[in-house]
Amino acid sequence: MYAFTHHLASSVDDAVKTLGANGDAKFLAGGQTLLPTMKQRLAAPPHLIDLGKVKELRGIEVQGDKLVIKAMTRHYDVATSDAVKSFQPGLAELAGLIGDPAVRHRGTIGGSIANNDPAADYPAACLALGATIVTNKRRLEAEKFFTGLFSTALEDNEIVTSVEFPKADKFKYMKFRNPASRYAMVGVAVAKKGGEVRVAVTGAGSDGVFRWTAAEEKLTQNFDKRALEGLSIDPGTLNGDIHGSREYRAHLIGVMAKRAVAAA
Amino acid sequence: MPTVTMNVNGRQRSADIDPRTLLVQFLRENLRLTGTHVGCDTSQCGACVVHIDGEAVKACTTLALSCEGSNVLTIEGLANGNELHPMQEAFREHHGLQCGFCTPGMIMTAVDLVRRKGNNLDEKTIREELEGNLCRCTGYHNIVKAIAAGARNMSSMPQSKAAE
Repeated sequence: MYAFTHHLASSVDDAVKTLGANGDAKFLAGGQTLLPTMKQRLAAPPHLIDLGKVKELRGIEVQGDKLVIKAMTRHYDVATSDAVKSFQPGLAELAGLIGDPAVRHRGTIGGSIANNDPAADYPAACLALGATIVTNKRRLEAEKFFTGLFSTALEDNEIVTSVEFPKADKFKYMKFRNPASRYAMVGVAVAKKGGEVRVAVTGAGSDGVFRWTAAEEKLTQNFDKRALEGLSIDPGTLNGDIHGSREYRAHLIGVMAKRAVAAA
Repeated sequence: MPTVTMNVNGRQRSADIDPRTLLVQFLRENLRLTGTHVGCDTSQCGACVVHIDGEAVKACTTLALSCEGSNVLTIEGLANGNELHPMQEAFREHHGLQCGFCTPGMIMTAVDLVRRKGNNLDEKTIREELEGNLCRCTGYHNIVKAIAAGARNMSSMPQSKAAE
């Protein structure tokens, strides 16, 4: 790890002010991705703004027809929250599939989406459910927030403060995990709200999380796994690596999508 | 260098540290509490698991400075004087270790598991919950037996001690 200056933020304002004074700073949320990345010297921020003690960034609340999860809420909190389990049980399940128990005690939803790892789980849920990402400056639809591999629409001096999920009639996330890293080789989130169906895929796209619109059209007509029979996805748009070829991932997307629909 | 202060195994500990210091380095190198191990150093193996404010975390993937004001419990703080914690006793009784390198992390994970899922744990649950702890001797069979027994024996502990 290269040397850095550590700032313990006391509030969102304090964090943003510190970022303003140190343009090359990075926020440290749960650190479960950033710290390993820094250890490998793949990231070397000269300033780290630690959000761990910012209480106003923690908590889960149902506000009418939406679920609000604040940015520093940990995967463990989402996985075990009664509010999440009753509002959208599939979202609690998804949080319980991230990493392992000790990682879930540190990792946060805000950190996950701000990093936008192409194999992260939350981005798929955000896209499928049509979540709104709330920052200290504005509100962004998930679709506009995730802009590519490890990149988001976040601007300088902007910090994710919460994620708002509208309620869906059905939601299920199916993940094929890499057995070593537990990241998604392929993860497919399927959400149905009224007549609208959304399918989001993580772990596979060469440009990060994406919506599989061809599957959405089929499932809008008939929400049944058989509607996806014969439907394939072009491997050319997918990511191939030592863990699996593009063709293998294309096949997995179909399998995971069918399983998600069947279990939704 | 910044100063960090935290409570480790019931004692207030304070030191001036390089910001890069990981919690596991702080424990091992500053406090000489070498029961917490570094295995993979990439948050996969779980040899470094300790509790922060009662919850299991990987000390190799946590900055010491992030633990300012926290309560940290390591394997050294588990026993009550010369009397082993029931989970430690169960690992001894069921021979839940071979080389012993993964054992501190296994035991700290197991105690956290009992806090979250109670005293009656089936084999499937234990094996699932151990996904973040690796034993390279592959001694999982006895580890799983030890955790099931230790979890049962923890039910007779006073509530406050069991939660630590």
